[in-house]
Amino acid sequence: MTDKRLDSSTPDEPSGFVRALDERGDATVGTVGQGLAPATTRRANPVSRLIGHPAFGWIVIALAVALPFINSSAYAIRISTDALIFIMLAVGLNVVVGYCGLLDLGYAAFFAIGAYTSGVLSTTFGWPIVLTVPFVIVAAVIGGLIIGGPTLRLRSDYLAIVTLGFGEIIRITANNLDFTGGPNGVYGIPDFGDFGDYRADIATYWIVVVVVGLAVLASSRLGRGRLGRAWRFVREDEDAAEAMGIHTYKVKFAAYVTGAIFGGLGGVLFAVHQTAISPPSFNFLFSALILMAVVLGGMGSTPGVVVGAVIISLLPELLRGAENWRYLIFGILLIVVMIFRPQGIWPHRTDEKPARGGRRRSRTDATEVSQ
Amino acid sequence: MTSTAFSQSGTRAKAPVLLHVDGLTVAFGGVTAVNGLSFDVHEGEVISVIGPNGAGKTSAFNCITGFYKPTAGRILFDDVDITGKRPALIAARGVARTFQNLRLFGELSVLDNVRAGMHVRIRQNAFDAILHTPRYRRSEQEATDEANRWLDFVGSRGNRAAEVRNLPYGEQRRVEIARALAREPKMLLLDEPAAGLNHGEKAALLDLLRRISDLGTAVVLIEHDMGLVMDVSERIVVLNYGKEIADGTPEQIRSDPAVIEAYLGSDDAEAQQEAERVAHSSDTGGFHDLPTPEEER
Repeated sequence: MTDKRLDSSTPDEPSGFVRALDERGDATVGTVGQGLAPATTRRANPVSRLIGHPAFGWIVIALAVALPFINSSAYAIRISTDALIFIMLAVGLNVVVGYCGLLDLGYAAFFAIGAYTSGVLSTTFGWPIVLTVPFVIVAAVIGGLIIGGPTLRLRSDYLAIVTLGFGEIIRITANNLDFTGGPNGVYGIPDFGDFGDYRADIATYWIVVVVVGLAVLASSRLGRGRLGRAWRFVREDEDAAEAMGIHTYKVKFAAYVTGAIFGGLGGVLFAVHQTAISPPSFNFLFSALILMAVVLGGMGSTPGVVVGAVIISLLPELLRGAENWRYLIFGILLIVVMIFRPQGIWPHRTDEKPARGGRRRSRTDATEVSQ
Repeated sequence: MTSTAFSQSGTRAKAPVLLHVDGLTVAFGGVTAVNGLSFDVHEGEVISVIGPNGAGKTSAFNCITGFYKPTAGRILFDDVDITGKRPALIAARGVARTFQNLRLFGELSVLDNVRAGMHVRIRQNAFDAILHTPRYRRSEQEATDEANRWLDFVGSRGNRAAEVRNLPYGEQRRVEIARALAREPKMLLLDEPAAGLNHGEKAALLDLLRRISDLGTAVVLIEHDMGLVMDVSERIVVLNYGKEIADGTPEQIRSDPAVIEAYLGSDDAEAQQEAERVAHSSDTGGFHDLPTPEEER
């Protein structure tokens, strides 16, 4: 029959897989297909069971809170506070880059806006730091609107270039304005307050633990809700998302502004922790390091990004023994990790787990998945 | 074989007009992809848009769904002018579509893909998500239940928690239709849903199209598979070189000289007979492989 002959020459001819499906029934072949799928399902070795346990996050937080009792040296507290602030920035950038797929090369700009807003208000007007927080949020949102408004209509490559420029503009502006202290920056930024018997740096550390802990939780939960899903839809396919009624411009804007707020709040913590800030702290290298933490840890994965941030901020300290070689070794280690684990150290898992009795109630969204 | 279940166009045609396309024209530089196209879709109707490759079918679809800005013409949906509106706004009004080449969210789970269709209906805000309010839990549960219902409706049997890109092709097609249905559209635009499907899968698609129509959803189909088109359509619009050359019931389209000419050229009498034969054949395949005037843009 002519049609048959014509059929067999079509480019749309069903693949062997589809034909097998037809002949042998979906169930059998479908199962085989799952076996062929990339290994997204992880074997339950003791390590993955431990880190997958719902209590694991609480154990990490408990350890973070307990740190001053284990080692209260000024050095340990300082680098731990630095690492925590870096985690805050990394989870903030993860919203922009990991969830929404917008490449932001100037994220340190929001960090600078937060640090300077808080620093200038507290030193010039003598305000307590807590009072500056609402202004920091407003300033970060305005910064996000100014840069995001015109550029989020662009597709990724252009956005990367514009954000790169924005990062430099903020730093150079801070370097040249009088009220930001020019190249000297702002100094004498006050602590969060008086905490009686506790050392000021330890009190600051604990506040940072609480704020960063909440930020990590918030960004993780945001990523699982309606808005978080919309971010991922935009990352995966902007046109298809638009066809489903998702206003992609607004959704990207929300990601960008959320990232800006995280960055701004991170800046407040940084200003208090350092007590003095100056423009070189907010250079391009810093933006690149935050991005590196996100990519190294696993884009879109909150625990991964936290791990990435800890590694990026603490590894140079641990490599101090190597003296002048330490940044070379740091670089080589990063390259090695990305070669052997391009998806990141702790990549995002797509698979939703069917809810089980002992699981947290927040996972109810995964019920009935396998019928 | 002519379907009787769907040839009650007499009654259906009296339904109110849902989509009104008037003088739609799209030009890319010097090329006019769609040239003065006018047609109506009534509520709950199943119509097909056919034509050789490059006839402007997909371009017309892209205009209706807002992906292209028309050069001229007007598009009314539900009595509201949607000409040149943003795709998201048109989708929110109740127009859902699938794409000629699958456009699923590859790295996301099957369930998440279907939840995309419900996005505009899920009632929760960012603070609900951060605080895990009762409203968040309720809306997530509802979304999951509904996603499962739509996947059942299209007959998807794969692992719904797995990444959608790991599913076989036919399953992915089903998920894409489930995602569009989850939008609960008044009108569903399907761009070559049968492409790449085998006979069994095509039969399942035909059944699915009928069940979608039973929901009261208007279906506009771009399809090369004549067997499917003739079987399911109440009305067929034929395009060639961006112009509408015929609009009528499957019976009228089969015997329309302009349609036969468009597919095979008018001079070749033998070819004309062949075209009629193919048009009357109920077998799948149909015009699919016949010579085309120009390549698909």
